Amino acid sequence: MTAIAIEDLVFRYPSGVTALDGVDLRIDPGETVAVIGQNGAGKTTLARHLNGIHRPTSGTVRLDGRDTAERSIASLSASVGYVFQNPAEQLFASTVRADVEFGPRNLGRGEEEARRLADRALEATGLTPFADHHPYHLSPADRKRVALAAVLAMDTPVVVLDEPTTGQDHAAVTRIARIVAALRDEGRTVVAVSHDMDFVAENFARVVVMAQGRVIADGTPGEVFTRSADLERARVEPPQMLRLAAELGWARPVTTVPEFLDALRAGPSGRG
Amino acid sequence: MIRFRDFTYAYPTGEAPVLHGVDLEVRPGRFHGLVGASGSGKSTLAMAAAGFIPHAQGGESTGEVTVGDLVVADTPLPDLVTRVGLVQQDPFDQISGARFTVREEIAFGCENLGVERGEMVRRVDEVMERLRIAPLADRSPYELSGGQQQVVAVASMLVMRPEVLVLDEPTSQLDPAGSRMVVEALAAVRATGMTVLLVEHGLELLAEHADELHVIADGRIVAEGPPADILTDPRLDAWGIGRTRFTAAAAEARRDGLWPRSRPLPATLDGAAAGFRAAANGELE
Repeated sequence: MTAIAIEDLVFRYPSGVTALDGVDLRIDPGETVAVIGQNGAGKTTLARHLNGIHRPTSGTVRLDGRDTAERSIASLSASVGYVFQNPAEQLFASTVRADVEFGPRNLGRGEEEARRLADRALEATGLTPFADHHPYHLSPADRKRVALAAVLAMDTPVVVLDEPTTGQDHAAVTRIARIVAALRDEGRTVVAVSHDMDFVAENFARVVVMAQGRVIADGTPGEVFTRSADLERARVEPPQMLRLAAELGWARPVTTVPEFLDALRAGPSGRG
Repeated sequence: MIRFRDFTYAYPTGEAPVLHGVDLEVRPGRFHGLVGASGSGKSTLAMAAAGFIPHAQGGESTGEVTVGDLVVADTPLPDLVTRVGLVQQDPFDQISGARFTVREEIAFGCENLGVERGEMVRRVDEVMERLRIAPLADRSPYELSGGQQQVVAVASMLVMRPEVLVLDEPTSQLDPAGSRMVVEALAAVRATGMTVLLVEHGLELLAEHADELHVIADGRIVAEGPPADILTDPRLDAWGIGRTRFTAAAAEARRDGLWPRSRPLPATLDGAAAGFRAAANGELE
C-alpha cells in the first residue's frame, strides 16, 4: 500500500508560469480523492507529479516515504498508473490488446500474467470486442477507454485518472464509476482530476479544491461543496442535487440523488 | 434550413451503413441539440450536415441532405463553407497552422471570405469578448490548453457568421463554467438568425437552452421534440443517454408519492425546485 505525501510543492514551467504555488497534501493508501478546480488551476500539473512526468521546482513528493526525485519514471510507473486526459499521449501499439498488454509486460509480469491482466482490464472497460482493432480506428471516446485499460492492466497500487469522463457517454461514465468502486474495494488509491461534479460527488470520498496553484479546500463532498466562497473562488459549480437543495432552502448538505432522497423522505426535520 | 431526407450513409472503409434513413429538419434561427450514445452516428450526421460527408470522406449514400436551397452532395465544399460552419470534436484538427496568434487564427476565415478589414477587426474583437478569450489574443493557438483551443475553434466559426453552425461536442475539454459560457453564446446567436445544431453530452445545458432535441441511436433518429419531453422520456436508458439528476431524483420521489402526480418530470433545476416546492406545500396530485 502506498501513501502519498506532498510538501510545499512548487512547479514552474520553463516559460516562467507558476503552475503550483506551495501544495501540501497527504493521501493515505486506499483513499479515493477527486481534485477539482477550473481550467488552469494546476490540477493536471499536480497529478503529473505523482508518477514523475513533472519534477518539482522545489518541495517534495514522497511515495511511501521515498522522495520521487530519487526514482526513475520507470520505477515510479510500477507504483503509480497515470491515465492521460488525451489518449494520444499514451497509446502507440497497433492493436488495443498490444497497447493494454505492454504495461504489465514492461513491468516484468510475464507473458501469461500480462495476458490475464490485459483481459481483465479490457473486460472492465468494455473493450473486449475491440481487442484486435487498431486504437486509432476507434472513436475518441473508445480510445480514451483504451488508455484507461492500459493503466488498469499495470495493476498499480495508485491509479491517477485525468478527466476520465470527458467525452464519454452515459454508459461509459457508469462503467468508469464501477471501475473506481472496484479499485477502492481492492484497497487501491484512486486520484482523479475531474470537472464533472456529479461524478465526483457520487464516487469519491474526498474532494480537494485547487485555485491558482494552491489547495484552497479539502474534505468530504458534503463539506467541500457547501463552502460556497471557496467554490466561487475556484469557479466550481456544486453538484446538481446540492444546487437543488439550496434552491429549496435546505441546510443539510446533499450531494447525490440517494442523499437527496434520504433527506426528502426524512421530512422537514431531516433537511436541517 | 438543414434537411435530411431518408439519408443513409456508409463510410468507404466500412461495410454497414452508419446512418439509416435519417429524416431530420433544423429550422432557421433555431437551436437544435443532437444526443446519442457513443458510436450512434452523431459525428457522422454532423459531418453530413456540413458537407464533409461526402466531399471530404467519400463513402456511399442514398437520400439527400440540403442546406437552404443547396443540395449538399452537388455543392462543392468551398461554396458550402460560406453557408455552413463545422466545429469538429478535436480542436487541433481545426487550427489552420497558417497563423501565429489567436487573433489572426480567428480572423483567418474572414480573410478567406474577403470581409472588409475594419468589419473583420470589429467582428473578431466582438467574438473574443463574447467568448472571453480576449486575454489570449496574442498567444499561439498551439500553446493553449485543449479547452481554450475549443473556444478558439468556436470563435473562428462564429466570426464568419455562417447561416448554419454545426458543432460536434465543442465543449468536451472545457470546465463547466466554460461549457456554460459557450452554450449560452450559441443560444444568443439565435437572435441574429443563425441556425445551430449542437452535438453535446451535457443534458442539463441542452435542457436549459435548446429549442428542440433529436435522439440518434444506431444511426437512426428515434425521437425528437422539446428538451423537456425528450429528457424525461422513459426510453432514455434504452437510448444510452441517461438522465439529469433532477429527472432521476423526481422519478424516484414520484414512486414514493413525494412528487406531484400530475406534474411532468423535470429536466432542469428550476423545474425540479418548482415541483418539490409544490409537493412540500401539499400538492401531491
